[in-house]
Amino acid sequence: MQHYWQEISALTMRWVLRLSREKFSMLFTLVQPMLFWLIFFGNLFQRAADTQVTQAPNYISFLAAGVVVMTVLNNGLAGGVDLLFDKENGFLERLMSTPIHRSSVILSRFIFVMTITSLQVLVILGVAFLFGVQPATGLLGIATILLIGMMFGVGLTSISMAMAFSVKSHGDFFSVLGFLSLPMIFLSSALVPLSAMPGWMSVLAQFNPMTWAIDAVRPLILSGWSEALPHVGMVVVVMLVFDALCLYGGAKAFRRAMG
Amino acid sequence: MDRTIAINVSHLCKSYDGHKAIDDLSFHVYAGEIFGLLGPNGAGKSTMLRTLITLLHPTSGAATVLGHDTVREADVVRTLFGYVPQERAIDRFLTGREHLELLGALYHLTKEEAARRIAELLKLVELEAHADRPAKTYSGGMKRKLDIACGLLPDPKILFLDEPTLGLDVPSRLRIWEYVRMLKARGMTVLMTTNYLDEADQLCDRIAIIDGGKIKTLGAPAELKIALGGDIVSLTIKETARIGALAAAVTGQPAIRTVNTTATGLDIRVESAEKAIPAILDAANRLGCRLEFIDYHRPRLDDVFIAHTGRSMKDDLPTKEE
Repeated sequence: MQHYWQEISALTMRWVLRLSREKFSMLFTLVQPMLFWLIFFGNLFQRAADTQVTQAPNYISFLAAGVVVMTVLNNGLAGGVDLLFDKENGFLERLMSTPIHRSSVILSRFIFVMTITSLQVLVILGVAFLFGVQPATGLLGIATILLIGMMFGVGLTSISMAMAFSVKSHGDFFSVLGFLSLPMIFLSSALVPLSAMPGWMSVLAQFNPMTWAIDAVRPLILSGWSEALPHVGMVVVVMLVFDALCLYGGAKAFRRAMG
Repeated sequence: MDRTIAINVSHLCKSYDGHKAIDDLSFHVYAGEIFGLLGPNGAGKSTMLRTLITLLHPTSGAATVLGHDTVREADVVRTLFGYVPQERAIDRFLTGREHLELLGALYHLTKEEAARRIAELLKLVELEAHADRPAKTYSGGMKRKLDIACGLLPDPKILFLDEPTLGLDVPSRLRIWEYVRMLKARGMTVLMTTNYLDEADQLCDRIAIIDGGKIKTLGAPAELKIALGGDIVSLTIKETARIGALAAAVTGQPAIRTVNTTATGLDIRVESAEKAIPAILDAANRLGCRLEFIDYHRPRLDDVFIAHTGRSMKDDLPTKEE
């Protein structure tokens, strides 16, 4: 057990070190969702979005939940990239030839991605606060938002790692990634509530786990516990199923790649 | 002679989608020797090595490292060897010292023990001055030295080297050879893959020539050369179209053992050069083949390779392994 912890903490520290050596890229990843989506998009659609449709005091407060979950989505889907490079340059093989638990590398990646994502979510909520968005459910609500983010993130990171272990080249990985990310956002309640979507899109959006996450995070920010609780209960169930499926697929891909 | 066996490979096969990457390989490596797997790209060397480092499960057959099975006792095996992968298995953002510290934790060393070994290894591979610079600033030779330090960090009994000098300049190459010889002098068992004939010749106590997933021949380089017998006469011919005719003409002549055609001429193994050369020149004259170059030498490892695989290492196209 002590060995396990020694391995996982050393491997997690490696991800932290790498991030700290890439300051420019760190800044960019951190700022991008806030700048592009929350500040630009949120303010841009301020008057175009009908508050009768969004059921929110203004578009930024409506969008905040979407941006939080979008951040989880993007970080999760990109969570396997570093392992992909490790696989391609042989570093992963070097790690796996040492007497570590087979799961350590993957666990370190989960811990790292979840931590970074949570920090980013906090920063987004902070920026939203500056634009007057005050979470209706307070600190406990924020903790619940982080929990939902992590539950969704675990599944997404598993998908990303499974892809990293399965693809032939990193070109394939990034094409699939690019193909997944935007449709997932448009076919969810991130930008527009389901009730305001064209029928066929809202049907598709209902099968998107992202919609469930957003529909739980949004009342936590906008309305309060009484409205949020049923959604939170529901999203926990949805995410448990989603994570179980993704972890199963991920474990299979990992075993195939690593013997 | 009774010697301890460090690595034993028995009837090992590994197939991918019906294609046999290695096909019924059996050999053993004695404790304390430098053993080379020599072969062109795609011969199965990497597959063999990845099986020994426990990352591939054989389709059939088995391999043991110091008596431990690489599949059933993979956890034990991983504590016994050090591994030096092919170049670039380095995290460019980490410093040399951070690489070693990471591996120290993965081999479950205490902080003090790791620090002691790291200082020793950095000194050994002459990277002390560069230990705290990110690896992306390292030259190819420095990366290789760091690789070797990483492989030695667990203080292993057995070291696996995958193409230790691939793509290195001559001075770096000679330096790496020095390290390997020094490790042998300290009693370490080294198994290396290489596709450089001179490297295998210079460094290895014994080599196995692998081609198409099979062992073609195995033994000490000197033994393999002697076993070929006789000398080699190499001809370079101007009229390349007539190589075939000349080969036919000299085949079966007295004092001539075997004739191999190459892209530019013939490699002829002969009993005695004094008798064979006049006969060869006669035949060449008769057929109107003008000789550009004629060379006569004792068998080299190239000749061993050609004799056992029917082709030259140099004919091999530079394709990526697996």
